[in-house]
Amino acid sequence: MKLKELESCLQQVDAFEEPKILLEQYPTSPHIAACMLYTIQSTFDDIEGKLVADLGCGCGVLSIGAAMLDAGMCVGFDIDEDALDIFRRNAEEFEISNVDLVQCDLCSLEPDAYAKKFDTVIMNPPFGTKHNQGMDMKFLKAALTMAKTAVYSLHKTSTREHIQKKANDWGVKMEVIAELRYDLPASYKFHKKKSVDIQVDFLRFSKA
Amino acid sequence: MKLLTHNMLTSHVKGVTKGYPLLIKATEVKVNEVEFNPQFVSRMIPKVEWSSLVQAAEQLGHRQDLPGELVPDYENNEEFLKKVHRVLLEVEVIEGCLQCPESGREFPISRGIPNMLLNEDEV
Repeated sequence: MKLKELESCLQQVDAFEEPKILLEQYPTSPHIAACMLYTIQSTFDDIEGKLVADLGCGCGVLSIGAAMLDAGMCVGFDIDEDALDIFRRNAEEFEISNVDLVQCDLCSLEPDAYAKKFDTVIMNPPFGTKHNQGMDMKFLKAALTMAKTAVYSLHKTSTREHIQKKANDWGVKMEVIAELRYDLPASYKFHKKKSVDIQVDFLRFSKA
Repeated sequence: MKLLTHNMLTSHVKGVTKGYPLLIKATEVKVNEVEFNPQFVSRMIPKVEWSSLVQAAEQLGHRQDLPGELVPDYENNEEFLKKVHRVLLEVEVIEGCLQCPESGREFPISRGIPNMLLNEDEV
């Protein structure tokens, strides 16, 4: 499947109906999702025929994209049952059969829960801006435990140095695959601007 | 919930030392067609707890003739791989619950999604 095709399919994926601020729910745009997934597969061959986990899957745009790129299976994890419900409906509508969904709290997993069970972990985690500081690092720690080969994640560019330090502490290699501009349209009532651009790093973590 | 996923799930209720494998009590089970990828199935076999998989399939009444132990040279045995494929990826629990073997605590499954969230006093 070509990048444009993938992006066009992902445009049909339903997003959050009533996003919950405290969970920092924002949809991953079809464009960013398609670019991420396409790169993960074409450059690194980390989706096709692989067991993939999507942490903080929300409505499932990354999982559905991975399934469309022929992942062996993709398991989505999220705490919010409303989001998972939308994900489930999306999977049914697209007739995607190689996904599974689990409702859990990724921040209170046992240290070796799901350890090395997945080939690849992909995610667009909460950035930790809504009274949930440190959330992005908790997700990253969980992801690194769960993945055998690689973790692909989006993080604010402003946190790059901090994450690099942590990666060194944890003995993992970090690569900045791309710098993206995450265009977030006004989705909550308190948003005054029509949209805001956030500088985001697309990172790959692997064994050092 | 597919059995490949179930094979990874554990109960982490406070104080529980062996929350695996979770017993499946299903009230609705479906079998959906999933494209067969022999290499993927072959790679998943060493990663799963085989006896837990067989037990889970048994609990759902979908074990059929899946053997209690792995057959040698399974990588090249397409018939065997197809059986494993069916049990790992095609059999799905839609409604029911998962029970912690030690504490008896039940984790509900609804619309195919297991809810592994713990209450405050269980963490």
